[in-house]
Amino acid sequence: MIKAILIFNNHGKPRLSKFYEHYNEDTEQQIIRETFHLVSKRDENVCNFLEGGMLIGGSDYKLIYRHYATLYFVFCVDSSESELGILDLIQVKVFVETLDKCFENVCELDLIFHVDKVHNILAEMVMGGMVLETNMNEIITQVDAQNKMEKSEAGIAGAPARAVSAVKNMNLPEMPRNINIGDISIKVPNLPSFK
Amino acid sequence: MALKIVKGSIDRMFDKNLQDLVRGIRNHKEDEAKYISTCIDEIKQELKQDNIAVKANAVCKLTYLQMLGYDVSWAAFNIVEVMSSSKFTYKRIGYLAASQCFHESTDVIMLTTNQIRKDLSSPNQYDTGVALTGLSCFVTPDLARDLANDIMTLMSHTKPYIRKKAVLIMYKVFLKYPESLRPAFPRLKEKLEDPDPGVQSAAVNVICELARRNPKNYLSLAPLFFKLMTSSTNNWVLIKIIKLFGALTPLEPRLGKKLIEPLTNLIHSTSAMSLLYECVNTVIAVLISLSSGMPNHSASIQLCVQKLRILIEDSDQNLKYLGLLAMSKILKTHPKSVQSHKDLILQCLDDKDESIRLRALDLLYGMVSKKNLMEIVKKLMLHVDKAEGTTYRDELLTKIIDICSQSNYQYITNFEWYISILVELTRLEGTRHGHLIASQMLDVAIRVRAIRVFAVAQMATLLDNAHLLTGNMQRMGICEVLYAAAWICGEFSEHLENPMQTLEAMLRPKVATLPGHIQAVYVQNAAKLFATVLKNQEGNTDSTAAQETSQLMIDRLPLFVQSANLEVQERASCILQLVKYIQKLQQKDVEVAEEVCALFAGELNPVAPKAQKKVPVPEGLDLDAWINEPPSESESEDEQPKAIFAKEEPKHSRPRHTEVDEKELARRREARKQEQANNPFYIKASPSSQKAYQEAPGVEHIPVVQIDLSVPLKVPGLPMSDQYVKLEEERRQKERADKKKKEKKKRKEKRSGRGRKHDSGPESEEDITPAHMVDIVTEEMPENALPSDDDDKDPNDPHKALDIDLDKPLADSEKLPVRAHRAAEAPKSPAEDGEAENAASQEPKKKSSKEKREKKKDKDRDRKKSKEEKKKKKHKHEEKGEDLLGGQADEPVVQSEETNEVAALPTSTSAEVSDLDFWLSNAPVPSNTQEAATVAEAAPVPEAASGTAPDSEPEEPKDTEMEETKSSKHKKKKQKKEKEEKEKKKKKKHHHHHHHSDGGGEESVQNGTVEEEEPLPPMSNYCLLAENSYIKMVYDIQGNLQDGSQVVVSVIFENKCDSFLKSMEFNVLDSLNSKLQRPEGSGPHDGLTVPFQLPPGVSNEARFVFTVQSIVMPQKLKGTLTFIVKNEDSSTHEKLDFKLHFTCTSYLITTPCYSDAFAKLLESGDLKCSSVRLEGVIMPFHHLLARICFHHHFSVVERIDSCASMYSRSIQGHHVCLLVKTSGQTVSIDAKCDEPTLLGNVLDEIKQTFSQC
Repeated sequence: MIKAILIFNNHGKPRLSKFYEHYNEDTEQQIIRETFHLVSKRDENVCNFLEGGMLIGGSDYKLIYRHYATLYFVFCVDSSESELGILDLIQVKVFVETLDKCFENVCELDLIFHVDKVHNILAEMVMGGMVLETNMNEIITQVDAQNKMEKSEAGIAGAPARAVSAVKNMNLPEMPRNINIGDISIKVPNLPSFK
Repeated sequence: MALKIVKGSIDRMFDKNLQDLVRGIRNHKEDEAKYISTCIDEIKQELKQDNIAVKANAVCKLTYLQMLGYDVSWAAFNIVEVMSSSKFTYKRIGYLAASQCFHESTDVIMLTTNQIRKDLSSPNQYDTGVALTGLSCFVTPDLARDLANDIMTLMSHTKPYIRKKAVLIMYKVFLKYPESLRPAFPRLKEKLEDPDPGVQSAAVNVICELARRNPKNYLSLAPLFFKLMTSSTNNWVLIKIIKLFGALTPLEPRLGKKLIEPLTNLIHSTSAMSLLYECVNTVIAVLISLSSGMPNHSASIQLCVQKLRILIEDSDQNLKYLGLLAMSKILKTHPKSVQSHKDLILQCLDDKDESIRLRALDLLYGMVSKKNLMEIVKKLMLHVDKAEGTTYRDELLTKIIDICSQSNYQYITNFEWYISILVELTRLEGTRHGHLIASQMLDVAIRVRAIRVFAVAQMATLLDNAHLLTGNMQRMGICEVLYAAAWICGEFSEHLENPMQTLEAMLRPKVATLPGHIQAVYVQNAAKLFATVLKNQEGNTDSTAAQETSQLMIDRLPLFVQSANLEVQERASCILQLVKYIQKLQQKDVEVAEEVCALFAGELNPVAPKAQKKVPVPEGLDLDAWINEPPSESESEDEQPKAIFAKEEPKHSRPRHTEVDEKELARRREARKQEQANNPFYIKASPSSQKAYQEAPGVEHIPVVQIDLSVPLKVPGLPMSDQYVKLEEERRQKERADKKKKEKKKRKEKRSGRGRKHDSGPESEEDITPAHMVDIVTEEMPENALPSDDDDKDPNDPHKALDIDLDKPLADSEKLPVRAHRAAEAPKSPAEDGEAENAASQEPKKKSSKEKREKKKDKDRDRKKSKEEKKKKKHKHEEKGEDLLGGQADEPVVQSEETNEVAALPTSTSAEVSDLDFWLSNAPVPSNTQEAATVAEAAPVPEAASGTAPDSEPEEPKDTEMEETKSSKHKKKKQKKEKEEKEKKKKKKHHHHHHHSDGGGEESVQNGTVEEEEPLPPMSNYCLLAENSYIKMVYDIQGNLQDGSQVVVSVIFENKCDSFLKSMEFNVLDSLNSKLQRPEGSGPHDGLTVPFQLPPGVSNEARFVFTVQSIVMPQKLKGTLTFIVKNEDSSTHEKLDFKLHFTCTSYLITTPCYSDAFAKLLESGDLKCSSVRLEGVIMPFHHLLARICFHHHFSVVERIDSCASMYSRSIQGHHVCLLVKTSGQTVSIDAKCDEPTLLGNVLDEIKQTFSQC
């Protein structure tokens, strides 16, 4: 079982938090902070597994994380999950790459402004703490189909809103769009991917 | 219309959307909290608007704020509103918000049941998907129960997208509602072979998760998984299955043997590291489960270790980490194969990655031996010095202590070395583990007698240099050590070289800055020291020294008397007064040392932590029994309690007790000695040395003194343990030399020579002998301690509830709750749905009342459900009776079925077992036949939970129980068929139960449970409404508590023919008094469509609401059911007339009443009296009561022997009170009610009920 999936940036600001077990908001924030402290002080080239989160889990649980440019992707899992499997799930073929496809070169800003979309993508991959789908194409197909539905529902009613949001977004280019997770396609040579 | 929408959205575009909110927060970095609070105010405004788009937008923003840590539970209701939007866009937003912030105690969740159900059956697969995803996060036991059936239906949905989600969510449903596991499991099992790989993977996922917690119930699936493992190419699925096998093998060693080969092949062939790793892991699990010794297994171990070594040597830190992790598993059973890689593991200790170092540390724990302990610890000590982070250093510290203290200090050969290691560890900056070190010091000093002299010397040094430990506040954790030091110096003060100096050190003013509990120990042990000092000084002729010591105490103690800590204060003032008194005596030249010493005489023994718990309860002692008579009954006792105690205790109970005890104790002691002698782990005190101590407790008799402690030991702040490594080395060499010599000489001579010179150590069979005659005092356990029991099982584990036998055939009662009762209200098609929603929004008041009603029904069903469980589980008929009294039971109790059930059981379970046996026995194992017998016994047979089947050996019960079923498969099949038929019958029966179906129930004593009172016969309130060759209707009428003018008629329709029944219309000719409630807009003579169709053999229940005005008289209403019978080729229109009988009983509602309220009611005098006599009633009284309760909706207020008072209330608030008395076969019922007509009719109906018996 996956107990929680967290995404936060290099400063510990949460970009996505999905808990598959209930905690109250304060505990959630504490967990995020604690996880950030545990993860952020680790060097780049150390292993991606981490034990000893106090708040979440206990002895049976592990943190499995990846660090991309400005973002940490952390999965908190118990012993029924394969460590390497989850690691692959985060990167090779699945989560991050799906984000990359859906947002076209994903960067932190995408995650900041579209948490809901990230949640929707995640929902196609992990459900209730269990891995639902590991096939990236399948995930993308379903996400696209749902987005299409959303668009068709918006119809004429959505047009003005879209116009306004376009105007609002005019300022966006000033924002640094180059916080790109450019090297997203680095494959870990020793980890042959899932077929 | 369109314009309105556009206008709405124009309004909306001036609201902030999520992006604006995020942008705003980013622009208000300095006053973020303030900005967000204004945003929340805006959101609150938005939520008040009617426009769902605005609401959805607000909820979307709330979801974001929730992530930032803001509590948004106040908007829960709005989230539900957004969830119920018909637009997917908003629905998704709503469900996302719900999944993020709903949990079990969110009260609005219970409003969502119908909405979720509607979404689950939505024609749009994404509506369903979104609902499933959301539900997976916030499912509650109630939701799980209500929706289990719907979700189970979805598991066979045409779209794989829905199927896989439905399968996956079942796990959550099982967790919340364990009863659903057995009914749903067959379908879940089917999904393992689903054509869609996603669904298959989901099913594997769920079953693995289930099996991980309760593996033994899933053993029978092993062949299926084995097939999947050899056929699947999906690595994710493979990993899951292989992990599952890892959990199963410990239960079934034969499975392991079968697995080894394919796993080994996978290890050789796969390129995916994740798969390889899991294979290795499972092979390890298999090897652990198998008894080692088979030649081919050592090859497997070699393969694993070799592969792991490759992983550990890899440059990828992840693989290195996992390699070490797996290695530690091998270590437990095959330490030898790991120990050869010590170099590699020690190397990992230098890794820059902390996780890896920690793993390596874990491995070290298992790799130490007497030989290498010192070396390894030395290396670890180096790391301690180098380590930067306090966490890692603390980890090192605990590991060092763990390694050294493991299995009762098994590997320590030189305790002086260990004490000096502990002392060295106290110099660590800012460690949290001062307490741990302290407890080790205490433990060693107490349990290893020989080391006390050395320990005391070291502790005295520590106390002397206490300022080093307490110097700065950061080291506060370490000052715990002083606690141990003070205690040891005090307790074993006779070993101190210079007690006066230590006493002085313990009374320094600086001590007052230590934490209170440490000061308390200081004070107490200062007193002990004082006693020792006095004793030494009084021996001398000079008495002034002793007086000076007393003066020192008197001077210093007041500091502690002023302490803020109560404990310190109390001890200090107590001791101060004592010393003052002593001083007085001293001034009179009285020798006091002996007496003072006597205060602290006696040895303290270590007691095992669980000792108290393990004291066995002596035979004949009932801890729950009253010691005295309960006070209410024997008041006279209170008057002279003294006499009782004075007389009884000393005279007979005491002396007899001790006598028995002494004999018994001696016997037990003997037994325990015997046991300890046989226990290889019990480190025995050698009798000779113990004697020596007892005879002469003097210092010079302890061999340790002889070691000439080199001077540096006494200099604090210098590492000294290193010397022991050298010393030890020398000692061992010497020993080896000695050994050679010894072979020439005679043993006895040697031993006598060595008794004193401890350096050389006594000889033993082992290669390395301990430096001391180590006399480890074992922790005391109570005489006759119970063998270790399950101390650490978590009763709160949610997975415990899922420990359910899945091989047992389904019982009839094990059905997922179908929402039959709500059928009439739940609209069928989405079109109607929309209408209903419109109607609801037009009339919010009506909606809420409807919700209330539904809630109530929910409750009813809850009650019913729990009742069913009780019946099933406990078979306690007495309790059932009470239940029936408590609630309205509208579900028939079918007991005779369960006996069938039990009889049918053994065949199928043993068949399952033998299947598995057969599959397993195919394993190419040479020693199979021999082992099979033993394994069969050990193998956890899926237990026939009924408890009737003797569960000793799987094959046996077949023979004994099932007469001739033995091996002929033919017969088994036949039996199965029979069973199926029976089950079918049962299903039918289920809905047939009427008043009088109790014939078969009487003899159904289930599973041999012996009952005090006769079991209750099954009862049902459903009576026949009408029947023809196509359809049968039974009905029951219940009053509606909320509305005094309504009753609900539940009708079960059962299709009796082979054709399809549809378009059923239910119509009743209204009377002036009673009217069928029809939907608005329909005429008074229109029929009501029954909201379902009936395939052949199926039955379903619908509810119809009637309004009544007067309830004092029974009534009959004529009605008609029209329906279409559809065959393959033709369809005919049929009708069936019926008469609905509204009895007065049906207007009564079971209402509990307390006896005092009941008495008041009777006293009030508003009630009219009436009575009735029943003759020839042959049934136990409790049956009688249960019947009245059940059929006539009464509740028992009080029951005394053969007399009971009962109460009920009508929907219009009439009180009905009964007094039921029985004598012989006559039952007299006196009744009171404020409405005499009603009462008369009710009594008539009661009479009727019993005349039918």
